[in-house]
Amino acid sequence: MAEGKLMTLNMGPHHPSTHGVLRIVLELDGEIIVKATPHVGQLHRGIEKIAENMNYQQVITLTDRLDYTAASLNNFGYCMAVEKLLGIEVPKRAQYIRVIMGELSRLAAHQIWVGTHALDIGAMTLVFYGFRDREMIYDIIEEASGYRLTPTFLRVGGLANDITPDFIKGVREFVKWFPTALAGYHTLLTDNIIWRKRTMDIGTVSAEDAVNFGFTGPSLRGSGVPYDIRKAKPHSSYEDFDFQVPVGDKGDVYDRYLVRMEEMTQSLKIIDQAIENLPEGPVNVDNPWVTNPSLDVVMDDISALIRRFKIQSEGPHDPVGEVYQSVEGSKGELGFYIVGDGNENPYRMKIRSPAFILISALSKILPGHMFSDAIAIVGSIDIVLGEVDR
Amino acid sequence: MENVKILERIKAKFPEAVVADQDCCGDLQVTVSNDAFIEVMQFLHDDEQLGFDLLIDILAIDNSARRRKPPRFEVVYVMISMDSFDRLLVKLPVVEGEDVPTVTSIWQAANWAEREVFDMMGIRFAGHPDLRRVLMWDDFEGYPQRKDFPLEGKDFDEKWDPDTIEVL
Repeated sequence: MAEGKLMTLNMGPHHPSTHGVLRIVLELDGEIIVKATPHVGQLHRGIEKIAENMNYQQVITLTDRLDYTAASLNNFGYCMAVEKLLGIEVPKRAQYIRVIMGELSRLAAHQIWVGTHALDIGAMTLVFYGFRDREMIYDIIEEASGYRLTPTFLRVGGLANDITPDFIKGVREFVKWFPTALAGYHTLLTDNIIWRKRTMDIGTVSAEDAVNFGFTGPSLRGSGVPYDIRKAKPHSSYEDFDFQVPVGDKGDVYDRYLVRMEEMTQSLKIIDQAIENLPEGPVNVDNPWVTNPSLDVVMDDISALIRRFKIQSEGPHDPVGEVYQSVEGSKGELGFYIVGDGNENPYRMKIRSPAFILISALSKILPGHMFSDAIAIVGSIDIVLGEVDR
Repeated sequence: MENVKILERIKAKFPEAVVADQDCCGDLQVTVSNDAFIEVMQFLHDDEQLGFDLLIDILAIDNSARRRKPPRFEVVYVMISMDSFDRLLVKLPVVEGEDVPTVTSIWQAANWAEREVFDMMGIRFAGHPDLRRVLMWDDFEGYPQRKDFPLEGKDFDEKWDPDTIEVL
């Protein structure tokens, strides 16, 4: 190649390390990146538009398909936003089970992340361990809901059904077993000299930059900002649990890796506390506008029968108003902004996708790095394109 | 800081810019007039006590299906302070065809968020460094999130004729 001439390289949308259909156009000077332009949208399904034409309970199935590695967390955020708009609070038992489902999903997402991130950089073993351990979580989720990847277990007003003793047994076994597996991950990577050389001082983002770029979640905490919605704005009984928010100090790829690894330990701690202190009681709120009356009442009472028919066919009606509610997703702050106008479907629903904003910062972070480091950086911010493109 | 105090502080600095305020299920939402918009946003970011330094999201609402009188659009900015973890929603009414000043010089996170609003709602941001479509393809016509855009898309019922397909 001629001296001083830049080469344009199209990374993706089929590149294995882009974790979906992300396309980044890179301008390279030798092996150094000069300019990076990410292109997204190839998985755009118009979920926000479709949601405006569905009733509130039906939209839950769409949220499963946002970040499909942690589906229950998406249900969690959406259901809480609708409940906040309707002004209802679900019973304590449902809140605890939601926390368990959410944290299990977070663990599953982080397991995939650690496996694929290591695979991108060249450590092949971990991806098998990650998928092996995720399978245990999916067995537990399947026991509760009947589905593995898209459980749709959370509903507006509570849960689809109560959990079974087998679910509790499965969670206890997993909590007991997983620290051993996690120690195995650490043995393979944390002190591995190749891993450290590939990740340390790469893709460094300072705390000010991270905040200005709109980073949230583990990527923000890797830069040393302790913003975690579970602590900052506790919802769904998160204030009952004792856990720490791990932060990094430099904000490089290795720090983001350490933060996520420590988050797995903390998630396990939350699950352990929630399953041991699980309160008794109903799992659905008793509200005539939101939940079905029980079948015994329906057989005797004509008004209950009408109510059941209305709720099954239309779902809850929203009040006129606007609400923003977010949860700590596995990638960052997952927010739902819902505008209600007194109908059975949202007038406008906007999904705040954490990874969408994270990708936008790639054009600022990547320049100056080697091409092979780009793979490590894209892996370290942990993106799922289903959530980016919506 | 409590919502009341946040509102007081903004109103003390900009007595005329804050047109309305309301409580959105616990979060404070202030409606800001168009003239002083960029000064208010700069103040919200820079002020020592408020310090809303993390812009979470920008979204637009198309009111044409529920309200007939202008302004047609409302742009909402969601922001959080990293010191106190307070949340604030700032709302800006926008008439159809009117440009909104960009806030990319204050928060870089606004870059793609504004691109998405432009892509989905067709609201242009004056001074934006790179205002292109982000989710839809570049030569797409129309703005999908507007209420007058059909759910199935514009060419849903059109017959497909292989002779009219252009080969790129």
